[in-house]
Amino acid sequence: MSLPDSFIVHEHDVLVIGAGGAGLRAAIEASAAGVKVGVICKSLLGKAHTVMAEGGMAAAMGNVDDRDGWEVHFADTMRGGQYLNNPVMAEHHAKEAPARVRELEAWGAVFDRTKDGRILQRNFGGHRYPRLAHVGDRTGLELIRTLQDHGIHQGMEVFMEMTVVSLLKSGGRVNGALGYDRERGRMHVWKAKAVVLATGGIGKAFRITSNSWEGTGDGHALAYHAGAELMDMEFVQFHPTGMVWPPSVRGLLVTEGVRGEGGVLRNSEGRRFMFDDVPDAYRNQVAKDEEEGWRYVCGDKNANRPPELLTRDHVARCINREIKAGRGSPHGGVFLDIAWIKEKIPNSSAHIQRKLPSMYHQFKQLAGVDITSERMEVGPTTHYVMGGVLVDGDTQESCVPGLFAAGEVAAGLHGANRLGGNSLSDLVVFGKLAGEHAAKFAKANRAIEIDPAEVAAKTAALEEPFARRTGENPYAIQSQLQDAMQDLVGIVRTHGEMERAIGIIEDLKQRAKNVAISGHREFNPGWHTAIDLGCLLTVSESIARSAIDRKESRGAQFRDDFPQKDDACSTFNMVCRKSADGSMEVSRRPLPAMRAELKSVIEKMK
Amino acid sequence: MASPASQNGIHESTRTVEFRVWRGDRSGGAFTSYSVQVTQGMVVLDCIHRIQADQANDLAVRWNCKAGKCGSCSAEINGHPKLMCMTRMDALPADRPVTVEPMRSFPSIRDLVTDVSWNFRMKRRIKPFKPRKPDHADGSWTMMQEDVDRVQELRKCIECFLCQDVCHVLRDHHKHDEFIGPRFLMYTAALEMHPLDTEDRIADLKQENGIGYCNITKCCTKVCPEHIGITDNAIIPMKERVVDEFYDPLTRLFRIFKPR
Ligand SMILES: Cc1cc2nc3c(=O)[nH]c(=O)nc-3n(C[C@H](O)[C@H](O)[C@H](O)COP(=O)(O)OP(=O)(O)OC[C@H]3O[C@@H](n4cnc5c(N)ncnc54)[C@H](O)[C@@H]3O)c2cc1C
Ligand code: SF4
Ligand code: SF4
Ligand code: FES
Repeated sequence: MSLPDSFIVHEHDVLVIGAGGAGLRAAIEASAAGVKVGVICKSLLGKAHTVMAEGGMAAAMGNVDDRDGWEVHFADTMRGGQYLNNPVMAEHHAKEAPARVRELEAWGAVFDRTKDGRILQRNFGGHRYPRLAHVGDRTGLELIRTLQDHGIHQGMEVFMEMTVVSLLKSGGRVNGALGYDRERGRMHVWKAKAVVLATGGIGKAFRITSNSWEGTGDGHALAYHAGAELMDMEFVQFHPTGMVWPPSVRGLLVTEGVRGEGGVLRNSEGRRFMFDDVPDAYRNQVAKDEEEGWRYVCGDKNANRPPELLTRDHVARCINREIKAGRGSPHGGVFLDIAWIKEKIPNSSAHIQRKLPSMYHQFKQLAGVDITSERMEVGPTTHYVMGGVLVDGDTQESCVPGLFAAGEVAAGLHGANRLGGNSLSDLVVFGKLAGEHAAKFAKANRAIEIDPAEVAAKTAALEEPFARRTGENPYAIQSQLQDAMQDLVGIVRTHGEMERAIGIIEDLKQRAKNVAISGHREFNPGWHTAIDLGCLLTVSESIARSAIDRKESRGAQFRDDFPQKDDACSTFNMVCRKSADGSMEVSRRPLPAMRAELKSVIEKMK
Repeated sequence: MASPASQNGIHESTRTVEFRVWRGDRSGGAFTSYSVQVTQGMVVLDCIHRIQADQANDLAVRWNCKAGKCGSCSAEINGHPKLMCMTRMDALPADRPVTVEPMRSFPSIRDLVTDVSWNFRMKRRIKPFKPRKPDHADGSWTMMQEDVDRVQELRKCIECFLCQDVCHVLRDHHKHDEFIGPRFLMYTAALEMHPLDTEDRIADLKQENGIGYCNITKCCTKVCPEHIGITDNAIIPMKERVVDEFYDPLTRLFRIFKPR
């Protein structure tokens, strides 16, 4: 039996799914290794989520404060992740990020400069020293454009506006992928010796999110159904500052850079409430008063950071508390004020517009607010998933041979909470590693034939919604799922509510089997939503199930019924895998051992 | 659940707006009318999404960021090339229907989605960045902020292709084979002005990339959502370099003797 002619068949050594920072960096590395590379993305090239990143990428180059170095960055990352991180990955990341940033410069990126002409670095939450290389507040654009413009000359083949719906396997190994193109709705089969997943995040599982329609956790679901394990899925980062008004932009990100440049949070009583609650682990790194906080913003090396720059999980919870206590802003957020710096510096309006140009425009155009003279209203928004495919820290390979993962879809680097700026550096450090090892794998292994019966069965399932005349509306199911996750598995969680969420998810899974689609296969967003829905349901279930079984509050997970951190829970990561009967199995995996040298680095930096 | 806004007594007005959206494909199409309930603060893209969710599940549209950062949602709104996500409903005239149609300089695929692949092909034609040897042992360079300000301005481009859409050389004269359009003239300029770059793209600009077709109407600059000075800061300086290199006898003489 062979594939019917209606399938378009491609063949590569390494297939990269996703063209954000991680996917492009992996593809560049694999191409450099001399293998044939294909890259697939759901949108046009250069439009992936990475383009939206604002604040910067973390790398301990020490250009602004020479006390910085890989050890400090490593310790900051582990502390931020509440020590659930994979130390092997945190070490790679801290050591290799500076070289990855310089490499971007060699490929044409133009970062903001220090007075002596080096790459400028800015402050961000949880980073001890100014560490984020940046370009105003459009760092992600610079990163993705640089990789894109370099990548298109390296020989990779790019498939734009195509979506992978399933990984193909034979003899336990991955041997390709099945997908469709948006333009015509034709089916494609990509044969490959190795596959790199770089599909980004899951924000669309929640109602309020900074993520675009692409953030439906496809790679998480593809890997899970192919037999890989998902780790740390309970850790979903709610960014403290999303826009809250007008309703249509609710959730849109307000970069942490606003606070890095001196922005402060106030409640309706005008109080800087972040001073009221400073966690012990950070007490000796936080400013005593407003005056010291401002000196830190101005670069005084003897000053400690203002409490607004504590880790995101903590800031988000404090904001949530103010809102719930009735001290919020008119549209259900709190106030973020950068305009106040006019008391401190001349020409503050021009300064703000130069440092935060896209924030200035975003508020001006979408909310009618001039941030150089008025306060913003902000509230928490679903932003990033720390959890993802469990990979080997040195190679990025999953437990399925030939299947690699890098970037937001992979787990391990960030543990229970990611520090701002550690994602863009994650993309290039681990994108490179994944590309390198996928190419190695492809060179060492022969291609295996795909099974036409597997392809036929999977394709038939995709086409079913067209055959139904009546049935469920995919948008309606999606929005019910988002409501359930937002309300029941959000910033503050309890056992009972999450069990209810599981019940709803099970129900929606049944209803999703009955969606009906009108129209044709060409560029049909209803059909695409129906397909993405399956991924969202898998991801939502793994978030809820992992969160139920972690009976403590740590990092991004806050349990109202277990409000304290529990030392007994500091020894394992939660892992989900698909069991033989198709149900989701959740287990605890002991933390990987840490080398003595790394332990002493952490002690030294305490 | 009452919204926090109404609890606080802020009035959020709703009105019904008539939309005329172009529906069709490669073979042709026509405007279809939809009525949309519009609340305060909505942008055109929100209305398109509302139509898609309630009235036309299969309405094709591109978008990603909803914040003017990705350049996906380009369209012609009431005849003007704009980003749908950054066009507020209250900025449009209330007394007539809002028309939304795809960019007209590119072939239609379906509804609001056009085939912009030509742009990706044009970019590949331009010689890539080629830096001089690093200044320092760690592979880094020294560059002053004032020397990169201009390049950073040009690198703000989000590749929405609205400038390409509006340029008459492409839109009316269809010189797609001989002219790369404002986006890529500017892209070339950003490479040429990069302090580290050592490549020479001036001959290409004049010959296959057709900079001579641009007669500085500045229509591209007017529509750029990133407010980049496409003509003044990129195209005109490149035109000057072309003139210097090709028509100034003294420069030509130097070119002969300058070791390359
Ligand atoms: C508004 C915003 C601001 C941010 N700011 C910062 C910051 O300042 N610093 C920082 O470090 N981090 C920041 N982040 C986080 C960071 O941008 C993301 O985590 C990161 O860009 C993810 O990159 P990625 O390469 O893993 O995936 P993405 O960039 O999300 O790319 C995913 C790719 O996979 C493709 N894809 C997905 N599913 C499929 C499928 N089924 N088939 C084919 N292709 C598929 C998509 O089309 C896309 O090309 C920010 C995030 C947001 C949303
Ligand atoms: S200035 Fe030149 S490139 Fe711009 S629209 Fe006019 S002719 Fe086209
Ligand atoms: S130059 Fe401006 S109008 Fe042209 S593609 Fe770039 S952002 Fe869009
Ligand atoms: S959706 Fe990104 S620019 Fe409009």
